[in-house]
Amino acid sequence: MNRPAARDSVHSAALALLLAGALGAFPCLGEAAPEAAAGAQAVDANGQLEDHALQSRFERITLELRCLVCQNESIADSNADLAVDLRRQVREMLVAGQSDDAIFAFMTDRYGEFVRFRPPLEPKTLLIWGAPFIMLLLGGAIIFRVVRHRARMPVDDEAASGPDILK
Amino acid sequence: MWKFLLPFAAFVALAVLFAFGLNPQRDIHALPSPLIGKPAPAFTLTDAMDPTHSVSSGTYQGQVYVLNVWGTWCAACREEHEALLAISRTHVVPIVGLVWKDDRDKAVQWLTQLGNPYQAVALDGDGRTAIDWGVYGAPETYLVDAQGRVIYKFISPITQQVWETEFLPRIAAARRSGA
Repeated sequence: MNRPAARDSVHSAALALLLAGALGAFPCLGEAAPEAAAGAQAVDANGQLEDHALQSRFERITLELRCLVCQNESIADSNADLAVDLRRQVREMLVAGQSDDAIFAFMTDRYGEFVRFRPPLEPKTLLIWGAPFIMLLLGGAIIFRVVRHRARMPVDDEAASGPDILK
Repeated sequence: MWKFLLPFAAFVALAVLFAFGLNPQRDIHALPSPLIGKPAPAFTLTDAMDPTHSVSSGTYQGQVYVLNVWGTWCAACREEHEALLAISRTHVVPIVGLVWKDDRDKAVQWLTQLGNPYQAVALDGDGRTAIDWGVYGAPETYLVDAQGRVIYKFISPITQQVWETEFLPRIAAARRSGA
């Protein structure tokens, strides 16, 4: 008598797994978002740029560049020697009047796409950008099937009170 | 039937993912270099062994050479030093040293004490040349062909085995196609 419920809990487990995956994938999208950067920034000896517009571009760019020594930190947050050097590089390029795109291109030419926390949307990054939506669709499809399956089931007190993690 | 197959398929997918992701042979910090196949970044730097001279990438145009990035602050560089010395004694290719973010005095002392495997040692005190080469840790070892293109990058201490399996075949191939 308990079999349908047991089958449902298999479903529920798969569902939970997929949802966890989808939710886990989402924060990656916003990982380098400037708004999310409440953490303390590493401070350079030469202080802030005098031009406020340049300083804010500097802060935004360095937050979007990965420190390759400590790979989960941005070069804005890291005190690694390489991060200090790369901040100096960004600062100099800004002062020299280079565009944000030129600075990102400089970095990816040398360190590869991995240096950017927010990879550009292109064929080879489609999977990264698309994965959360694929997960969501998959999870949604499973929920839909489970719900429809339940709606069709005869009301059965014993099965309904069986173990079910979705309750 | 598919209700049993689905969890099983999910299990297989996870198993495959973990087999790749958790493979202890795989160094998750080693990144592919975007420089491979591209012209090696040019540099002209002070010769650490003789500051009145400079070391220039142009000198090695037309021959296959190795660029080894190191520093006296780098413990792993000391680890690979014996292997570098042994490799240099075979005279297969010139090895150029790039001393990364270091003092000249310390570099000279290191090479005097431990032996010098380098044909020339370029002093990159402020790390600008290293940025051009995409260096993010030491030691790193690059292989440049006779046309001046980077053909291989090895991250972490070099060993005799790595030299034989990764470098020598590429050197031979570069010479076959370049000559």
